[in-house]
Amino acid sequence: MSINDMSFKFAGEAGQGVESTGRGFAKALVRGGLYVFALQDYHSRIRGGHNFYQIRVANHDIYSHDEKVHVLLAFTQEAIAEHLREIVPGGGIIYDPELQVDQDALVSRSVKAFPVPVNQIAIEEGGNKVMSNTAATGAAAGLTGLDLEVINSVIRDNFAQKGTAVVESNLKVAAAAYRFVREKYGDSFAFRLQTRKTAPRMLISGNEALALGALMAGCKFVAGYPMTPGSPILEWFATHSKDYGVVTKHAEDEIAAINMVIGAAQMGVRAMTPTSGGGFSLMVEALGLAGMTEVPIVVVNIQRPGPATGHATRHEQGDLLFMLYAAQGEFPRIVLAPGTIEQCFEAAYRAFNLAEKYQCPAIILSDAFLAHSPRALELDALSLDVPIDRGEILSDEELDQLTTRYQRHALTPSGISPRALPGHPKAIYSTSSDEHDEYGQICEDAAIRIQQMDKRMRKLETARAEMRAPLQYGPSQARLTFLTWGSAYGPLRSAVDILNAQGTSANIVQIMDIWPLPVDKVVQALQGAKKLISVEQNYSGQLATLVRAYTGIKVDGLINKYDGRPMSPEYILARLKEVV
Amino acid sequence: MVTVKDYFSPVRPTWCTGCGNFAIWNALKKALAESGLAPHQVMLISGIGCGSKLPDYTTANGYLSLHGRTLAVATGARLANHRLKVICTHGDGDGYGEGGNHFISAVRRNIGLVDIVQNNRVYGLTKGQYSPTSPHGFVTKTSPQGAIEHPFNPLTIALAANGTFISRGWSGDVEHLTWLIKEALHHRGYALIDVLQPCVTFNRVYSYDWLRPRVYKVQDDPNYDPGDKAAAFAKTQEWGERIPIGILYRTEDVPAYEEQVPALATGPLVKQPLRVKTMAEYERLKQEYL
Repeated sequence: MSINDMSFKFAGEAGQGVESTGRGFAKALVRGGLYVFALQDYHSRIRGGHNFYQIRVANHDIYSHDEKVHVLLAFTQEAIAEHLREIVPGGGIIYDPELQVDQDALVSRSVKAFPVPVNQIAIEEGGNKVMSNTAATGAAAGLTGLDLEVINSVIRDNFAQKGTAVVESNLKVAAAAYRFVREKYGDSFAFRLQTRKTAPRMLISGNEALALGALMAGCKFVAGYPMTPGSPILEWFATHSKDYGVVTKHAEDEIAAINMVIGAAQMGVRAMTPTSGGGFSLMVEALGLAGMTEVPIVVVNIQRPGPATGHATRHEQGDLLFMLYAAQGEFPRIVLAPGTIEQCFEAAYRAFNLAEKYQCPAIILSDAFLAHSPRALELDALSLDVPIDRGEILSDEELDQLTTRYQRHALTPSGISPRALPGHPKAIYSTSSDEHDEYGQICEDAAIRIQQMDKRMRKLETARAEMRAPLQYGPSQARLTFLTWGSAYGPLRSAVDILNAQGTSANIVQIMDIWPLPVDKVVQALQGAKKLISVEQNYSGQLATLVRAYTGIKVDGLINKYDGRPMSPEYILARLKEVV
Repeated sequence: MVTVKDYFSPVRPTWCTGCGNFAIWNALKKALAESGLAPHQVMLISGIGCGSKLPDYTTANGYLSLHGRTLAVATGARLANHRLKVICTHGDGDGYGEGGNHFISAVRRNIGLVDIVQNNRVYGLTKGQYSPTSPHGFVTKTSPQGAIEHPFNPLTIALAANGTFISRGWSGDVEHLTWLIKEALHHRGYALIDVLQPCVTFNRVYSYDWLRPRVYKVQDDPNYDPGDKAAAFAKTQEWGERIPIGILYRTEDVPAYEEQVPALATGPLVKQPLRVKTMAEYERLKQEYL
């Protein structure tokens, strides 16, 4: 018998509520004191297709899904066909007896069938077939011995706005399915769940943590154009704007969105635009505008596979090098690539501080897997009282004392020119996307061009000194060192735990502060590596390219993936055998 | 007391002698001064083009952005600080070509901007190509056999997009243009001033001599009602021997976009604290995830 160490897979068509049911169940598990990591997989369509929501449960913090499924909750025939082979021996499948299951396949795989008439229960107890999902969660609880009360508490919250009648019906349906499974199958299932007493914890995704971090940083203006998987951030701000004093603008296109953000930031407001790679591509010229006019903006690129529209709802880390060089000409920028939920929160407020400090665009590079996968987190894992550093902004009192004409782009040793926000009578200035002099006045003089270029690029060197060293995980001395970035960290961390447990020492070097690359710190982190393998969700190994270009360090192997589906620990371990 | 001189800048314009931009520039400075607005209370936003250089030659807050993006930048600026008068100056290529989507959106959004479009019906800074408002058959470097497209009518389109202040000025009459800009500065939402402006170098057809005898002021007719949308539609379609200038359509009954944004009810965004709630109220956000 195994306790609190298993995975559930809810699978069905778009429109069947796979995601909401899965997330509700995951939430119930978190309320039951368990640690959870959830993976969602869906198609770019409103109805039909095949979606799943996979929940890994443990007694300890977990950073990724894996390939083992212990309970499959199948809502369609296709779900059974697609996922039966993923079920571990001794695992089971919960399905409505209206669906057909190949009993021979079950026997040969030692998988148990648990037919539960979820549709009939939903109709008889709740009066509506739509509640069959609720029945399935009740059945899953019954099968694994999970306390029904944690399911009930989520039902009460999730359906509260639909009225007490809906809540009561769902409670009845869940209880009936729970009872059905208890009576019919008892404690026969080998994989069990036991609730634990813990302090309340959150189930929160990368996008949600990122939005929260931006809000706490004082982001007051968000403009965007919907594009999966960036839109949830725009929607989050739209939902919270009224209560928390933010202006959220669904713009006419991404070009408008970033230019609005530049306009707002030029006036002195902390402003951000969330998008995905396609939207970012449209924003590129304006990125240079922010660089040239030294306007601090935050751009969030939640990557998905490209090129063009790629796989709309899927995952890739293919935009790294694009972020570093997007837009014509050369100008300083900051690029942060979080790899965990906590890092999404942290990257959000750091991006605002760094953008304002260095008066340049700051890019947060996240990805679909990180954006959509919620994980259980302690409440204090996200400390809301985040540090705020607005950089060199001249106060009204300081501006009152000005005796000479204000220079928006004054030459300074750090390259940072103290900012006056437009509106003060002593600091009236205009600045330009064309090359300009210290005052912001258009200027084609060669010497001034060199001065202004040098001044702007000096900011990059000033910033480089404060960029953080790579994060390291695992023993300091190891046979294998994995280089990674972004959400690949999660499954890699699970894989490294397995390797170390099996006696192969392994560690991880994760680069979050991508640009300006803290070269010395990266060299220091990598120089002891005996065998260096890059793990990235792209075709060419873009981080490996970056590291080699700036440090001269060459990786010994690349574990990559570009099929749109996130890596699993098993995948990494299998590929490791090929590259070592 | 604000005077026109407050807007003077030591930087001299690079416009051609006789360029219509001089008149637009003078009318704008005069209108601002006569409206009692000081340079620090004004934000001039432009794009790229000859006319878009105007903020560089003027003492006022200014921002010269990208070609076509004037209205998007201005929208962000206005939402960030609606205490400043945000005024856009850009050409027909910037406003109606590259920025066409932003134009339609700004109109229907009714965001509080004064949008002065320096419409010379040709590309000047790139040295003579046809523009969105060039007439059918117009011969330029990129339309050597004559433009195949028919021209964009900004006033009709603004009316169709539920514009609330739709006007036309002309650079041959600074006094009238000054009046028009002053009216626009008092408007509640988005105010379009399409300014007919000769390009003395690249558009020899629509010269002062061609335009002067044709333009007439709609406000000279006491019976013209700029609140009548159907009448305004007819006026926006009028072109050729007689070209109406003035306020073709106006309503003050539609609130500006920024008047309807809850976060702006307590004052300009830039003047508000970064955090508007207590930490306990922010902590409550975590409850959404429990």
